[in-house]
Amino acid sequence: MFLPRPEPRPATVEVFVGDAPVRVPEGATAAAAVLLAGIPAIRETPVTGAPRLPYCMMGICFDCLAEIDGVPNRQACMVEVKPGMRIAPQHGARVAKVEA
Amino acid sequence: MTTDLAIIGAGPAGLSAAIEAAALGLSVTVIDEQPAPGGQIFRGVERAATDPALAGEYGTEGANLVRRFRGAIRYPGGIDYRPSTTLWHLDTEAGLLSLRGEGGSTTLAARRVLLATGAQERPVPVPGWTLPNVMTAGAAQILLKQAGAVPRGRTVLAGQGPLLWLLAGQLARAGAAPSLLLETTPRGALRAALPAGGFWRGRAMLAKGAGLMLAARRAGMKVVSHVTGLRAEGDGILRRVVWDGGSTEAETLLLHEGVIPSTHVSRALGLPHVWDEPQRCWRPEVDAWGATPHPLLAVAGDGAGIGGWQAAVAAGALAALDAARRLGRLAEHGRDSRAVPHRATLGRVLALRPFLDRLYAPGPAVLAPLEDATVVCRCEEITAGQVRAAAKLGATGPNQAKAYLRTGMGPCQGRMCGTTVAALLAEAQGLPIPEAGALRPRAPFKPITVGELADLPGG
Repeated sequence: MFLPRPEPRPATVEVFVGDAPVRVPEGATAAAAVLLAGIPAIRETPVTGAPRLPYCMMGICFDCLAEIDGVPNRQACMVEVKPGMRIAPQHGARVAKVEA
Repeated sequence: MTTDLAIIGAGPAGLSAAIEAAALGLSVTVIDEQPAPGGQIFRGVERAATDPALAGEYGTEGANLVRRFRGAIRYPGGIDYRPSTTLWHLDTEAGLLSLRGEGGSTTLAARRVLLATGAQERPVPVPGWTLPNVMTAGAAQILLKQAGAVPRGRTVLAGQGPLLWLLAGQLARAGAAPSLLLETTPRGALRAALPAGGFWRGRAMLAKGAGLMLAARRAGMKVVSHVTGLRAEGDGILRRVVWDGGSTEAETLLLHEGVIPSTHVSRALGLPHVWDEPQRCWRPEVDAWGATPHPLLAVAGDGAGIGGWQAAVAAGALAALDAARRLGRLAEHGRDSRAVPHRATLGRVLALRPFLDRLYAPGPAVLAPLEDATVVCRCEEITAGQVRAAAKLGATGPNQAKAYLRTGMGPCQGRMCGTTVAALLAEAQGLPIPEAGALRPRAPFKPITVGELADLPGG
């Protein structure tokens, strides 16, 4: 879990991690919002169901995969927050969604 | 429209190359996955330069480099800067780049391509490293830069290298000093590294390092030296950090064993690579201008061998000069004379590198974990023991092991496990690590959706 430091970086952008609102600074990524929200896991692995949180924060490890604004398997550490963004945990393997 | 020089990455090497190339009259396109320029080292510097926790070269030289880049963008006919954009394929015959940005997939034609894709942290596959709240030291630093955020509660740093001390000092200034640093540098490493020298030319860097160590200790961080047998323990979340002869409770564990060139794209493009024995890593084969043997491609910065941001700035400028020469905008003597100050910089900032490489060489257990139960492939959850068993069945290199075990077939495409799998296979066969070879990744370099593929023009 991470703590904000509002003095240098005011938290001005409200996003949702799961259903909970979290305020984060501009320029933060969805993965930072996940860590500031303090949830125990952003995903469970497809193979054993093990919980994971972001590990590298720079687009290498893919442990921060999350469903962002309805799109699954996005690297949360590579997506900058926008007001109202919805960041949802992933459980196991994704199911392909077909849009009409 | 064809761009003269496409630069992949907006870190120190990419920014420097773009500024230099644009000044020489080349049309430049900068592709970067991040939403703002700076790379990892100067990440988010436009927003965070005044954060007192990040005071130092980040807020001064880093901010200045990004400011110069922004200035060059404004210059008419200068730089086409495309942030939040990912290169997912590169046709090296046609010079055609496939990009995914916020507006979907596009293609770009380029006369020359510079990979300035930087470094990644070396994987540190200790038992328990997949537990939530075990992260890399670089990850914590990125959180500080991008969000001003610091780890809550008891934080333990483990591993070795300058970044750990830098981070310790930065967290201390942010009011969140780590409790403990578990340093894995073995006994005798300092004495063995001293003959590498470079201390006079590298004295500014040494002084900086000594200052960081002092600041972190003053803030109350304890240090345990010569640590072996490091492991993280917990029940679905990190609870304890254990090592030979000690243990402690921890809410966050930050691992670091140095950085290695990010060779994902250069490997996928089939470029030749050489094994860098002092740095225990692969790097693409380049000449003194960053040019690869392929007529289209150059590599500059840490992606061509770890040298730090100052070396990357110089190497980026050199690659830009060479691009201008190859595209007929600069004569050879013009290129060579303009290169002189950059080569002088390289000599100065790389003086201490041999010493650092020797002092902080990763131990054998970092490269190939001892315990069979340790996960080495985080995506597919494959253990060291499974890789050793594959070696017994005849897997000679990581590309074969991928077919046996799926190591390298998960979403990270082997970015995290590739080097460890190769080291384990080499160990099992009694060969030096480079003999095991390296993973050959394939496009797309990053996952794209079927929809993005279908939306390609002419698709």
